[in-house]
This record gives sequence, C-alpha cells and structure tokens, in this order.
Amino acid sequence: MIVAIASGKGGTGKTTVALSLALAAGRPVRLLDCDVEEPNCHLFLDGEVVAREEVFLPTPAVDTGACTACGLCGEICEFGGIIVLPTGAHVFPTLCHACGACVHLCPAGALREVPRRIGELTEMRAGSITLFTGRLDVGQTLAPPLVRAVRARGEGNGLVIIDAPPGTSCPVVAAVHGADVAVLVTEPTPFGLHDLELAVEAVRRLQVPFGVVINRAGAGDARVADFCAREGISVLLEIPQERRIAEAYARGLPVVTAAPELRPAFCSLLDGLDRLRTPAVARAHMGS
Amino acid sequence: MRELVVLSGKGGTGKTSVLGSLAALAGRAVLADCDVDAADLHLLLRPEIRTREPFFAGHEAVIRHTACTGCGDCVPVCRSGAITAGNGTFTVEPLLCEGCGLCVRVCRDGAIAFPSRRCGELLGSDTRFGPLVHARLEPGGESSGKLVAQVRREARRLAAELGVDWLLVDGPPGIGCPVIASLSEATAVLVVTEPTPSGLHDLERVLELCHHFGVPARVCVNKWDLHPALTAELEALACSRQAAPVGRIPYDLAVTAAQVQGRPVIELGGPAAEEITRLWERLQTIGGASGS
Repeated sequence: MIVAIASGKGGTGKTTVALSLALAAGRPVRLLDCDVEEPNCHLFLDGEVVAREEVFLPTPAVDTGACTACGLCGEICEFGGIIVLPTGAHVFPTLCHACGACVHLCPAGALREVPRRIGELTEMRAGSITLFTGRLDVGQTLAPPLVRAVRARGEGNGLVIIDAPPGTSCPVVAAVHGADVAVLVTEPTPFGLHDLELAVEAVRRLQVPFGVVINRAGAGDARVADFCAREGISVLLEIPQERRIAEAYARGLPVVTAAPELRPAFCSLLDGLDRLRTPAVARAHMGS
Repeated sequence: MRELVVLSGKGGTGKTSVLGSLAALAGRAVLADCDVDAADLHLLLRPEIRTREPFFAGHEAVIRHTACTGCGDCVPVCRSGAITAGNGTFTVEPLLCEGCGLCVRVCRDGAIAFPSRRCGELLGSDTRFGPLVHARLEPGGESSGKLVAQVRREARRLAAELGVDWLLVDGPPGIGCPVIASLSEATAVLVVTEPTPSGLHDLERVLELCHHFGVPARVCVNKWDLHPALTAELEALACSRQAAPVGRIPYDLAVTAAQVQGRPVIELGGPAAEEITRLWERLQTIGGASGS
C-alpha cells in the first residue's frame, strides 16, 4: 500500500504524521521524503546512510560544428531554455525542463543530452524504517523530476509512506499521483480549512481516495470538522493541541513518541487507510 | 519604495500571521501574496476584490479523437508519462502534461491540439491596510513560478504608481521555483522560523538561497520559548550568515484566536503582538536611510 501524506498548508504536521505512522506500523516501512525543497524526516530518525547518489536531468548541449543556426530549437522550446543567434544555439540550463523536444526534433542532429545535477538522493536505515530522501540543490527550480526519482528508487513491496511537499502545484502532483490512498493533514483554523479545500480539489482530480487528520485539535474552531462532515470526508484522527507535544517536537520527537497514548490511534489509522482504498469506499469518497 | 519579502523555508512557521500584522503596522503599503498555491493572507485582510483576470501560461496537449489514428507515436516521446492508451483511445492527462509540445510536433496526423493553458487567476483588491495583489492557482496547476512573477510585477507597478514606502510580500514555503520568483531583486527578506529541528534545517537552506541571489536577509524566531536553546542556535546560525536576528515572538494562542476572527494578531494585543510591533520598528532600517 502506498500512502501519501499531504496538505495544502505547510507546517500542519505532515512530517510528524508520516513519521508516527511509520513508527507505529510495527513492520518494515519504506518512508519516502518527497518534500525535496525542505526534506526533514531524517532529522527525527537515528540511522545510518547506506547509499547516496546524485540525481541528474538530461540537458541539451550544442555541437557547434553541426549546428546550422536554423532556429528551430529556439522556436519550439516552450520554456525559453534556448536562444539561437547567427552563430548558433545557446542553452540556458536552469530554464530547461528536460522534455527532450529540441534534441528529438533538431534536423541537423546538433543537440545531444548531457547530465546536469539537480540534487541528491539518500537511503538511510533506521530500525524497521528505510528512509529515502530527495534533496534539491539550492538554486535549482525543478522539484518534480527529483520527486519522481525518489519514488522510482524507494517504492517497493509492503507499506510505503510518502511525505509530500506542501501546496497543491506540480511537486505535489508528482508526489501523490498513483498513490493508493492519501492523508490530508490540516489544522482547525481558517488557514487550515482554506488550504484543505484546495488540497481536496487536487486529490480529487488525481482520483486518489483520501481522509483527513486534524492536528492541533481544539486550537481553533469547528469549521474544518463541519466541512468534512458536509463533504462526506472521513476524519481519520485528531491530534490534540498541547504545548507538551509542540515542545517535544521542538526537541526532535515525533508526536507518537511524545504522546505514546496516541500509538493505538496511529495503528487504527493504518487500518482505516486500508479500508479507504478499497474500491467501493473509494468511490463514495471521490464524491462521484 | 522598499520591498520586503517574508519567507520561511519550512511551512507553517507563522509567515502570514506576521505579515498580516506588519501590513497593519505599516499603514500605507502595497501588499502581495506570492504563496499562490495556498494563499491565506486574504483571510486576515478580508479584501474587497476589485479586479479579476484569468492567468494563462504555456500550453497543454489535447488529442482530437476524430483525427487520431491510434499510431501511438506520441506515447514514447512524452517524458512526463502524460499520454495513455485505454481501449485504443489515446488521451493526455492534463495534470501530468508539462506543455512541451513534442507530441504535437511528432504526430503525423496533426491530431493533437495545443491550446493555451489557464492556470489560475490574478486578483486585485482593496484592504483596510492598502491594496493587495493576490492570485489563485488552479489546484494541481503548473506554472506557479510564472504566476508569482505576475503578482510581483503588478504589485511593484502599483507601489510605484501610488508612491508608497513599502511593498510587503508574503512568500511561498520551500526554496524552489515559486520562492526564487518571489525573492529575486527584493530589497530584503525576512525569514520567519521556529525552534524545531525542521526550522533549523530549513533556515540554513533558505539563507543559502538568499545569499545565492544576493538579497540581504533578517531572521525572526516565532514560538521561540518552545525551545530557548535552539532559538539561540538559530540566531547564531543567522549571524554567521550575515542575517541579523530582529525578533523573538513567543508562543501565544492569541495568534490562532486572531486567525479565527480573521484579523491580524496586532489588533488583539498580547505578548506576540507586542513583539511584532518591536520587530516592525527594527525593520525600519532596511534599505538604508535613503529608503531606496
């Protein structure tokens, strides 16, 4: 089962929920940190890095001897990644989306692809958890290919938990697409509700069945719970607002470690997710 | 005009709550919400929307089934894996299509249309504290960086036209494409962080990004009293990166209460509000005495 932990709003507790779920599972877990702009799962686990690899994107390079300066590549690049001067084509690597169109279509065969580093991927063993972390290099813009690289490397048999990036745009789509089930973590505030509504719209478009976890329950008001009831969305778990939990998290302890009384609730969360992904239940939650 | 961009690296550190209060303290400013994925500033400022225009960026491939002969040539060239065949019918999944146009050019039957893609909308509003430029990205949408660039362009134009002292920008979380689009060429960045392992880790990366783009940074620690020792560590890190610590905001449930009421916390008062007021005083030195 592939479970994606997502949220529209940042800082609602995605990482602590992903970690707590992995720690409470009681079996081997593959945990994928797909928040490649700011990966944090490794900060809360004690383990050993067993593999480290660089991640590259294919980027065009010009064979100046063969380039006829015909201008086609500059015209077709939708991302402004190539300009063609009378002397030949020039590539701007940071604008390149690595779609391969220019290389595929160059009539003179003057473009070939060379690898350009965008980040790195590490594999860490920590007890029953194998953590795969993607880390985008500072100054790089393209998170989605790195998210896909983490998933390609990390996904396997058994339980897979994906810590997705915040927001609702392309990196989130890359992290949640094709998951069996998603958990949307939110908080009971107007910001939490507003961003939850956007996240719900995104996961519905991706046709991934989902449920909601309300973190800091009791801190705000009832509008998130009302919204879920109205939309027929399961609230899978509520984590209470307590200074004790916030302080423990500040000291590097995920919620299940800080508040061990919540362990059974995380175990039943896993069971709830398993039920949610069965087709009949899933259809009801897609609202179709 | 001085342009201050509020960033955090890590999401949920209180960026928007701080910015909402700075907007109230500034009095006369233009405000911009560049967190176009999950824009929340309007929930504190309760704007009256004046203008609304669709935002188009790039294109998306659409297969015309009447013209498609089912040759399948488009499938292997698409690196996004956006084209699938089901029951002999080829379709493009819009959420996965990057809009590169390679399939359009490879198709020998001219069966793939390439219309402009609507990615969201750009909004212009009035608030009690000044004009707000904001946006809404379609959930699951592409081109958030371009939409951010558009929000900033419009906000800068407006700030110059009105001759205000401050353009205050609420930035997105992370360090990727939309963040880069919101910080380039700004006068200064204010990083709002928190004393957690994630906060420390992400502060380091966001300060590196500011340095990379040559934008001076200041740092403020929210909920600092949850872990005073780590707060000191955050501030030491900031100093070592030439980013002056400019404030410590305590853990204060009034921040959530204010949000529930749809108001900046500065209007409710309390320990957090007092510290944000001091923070604003310290930010006055940004951009030098000339204010340029």
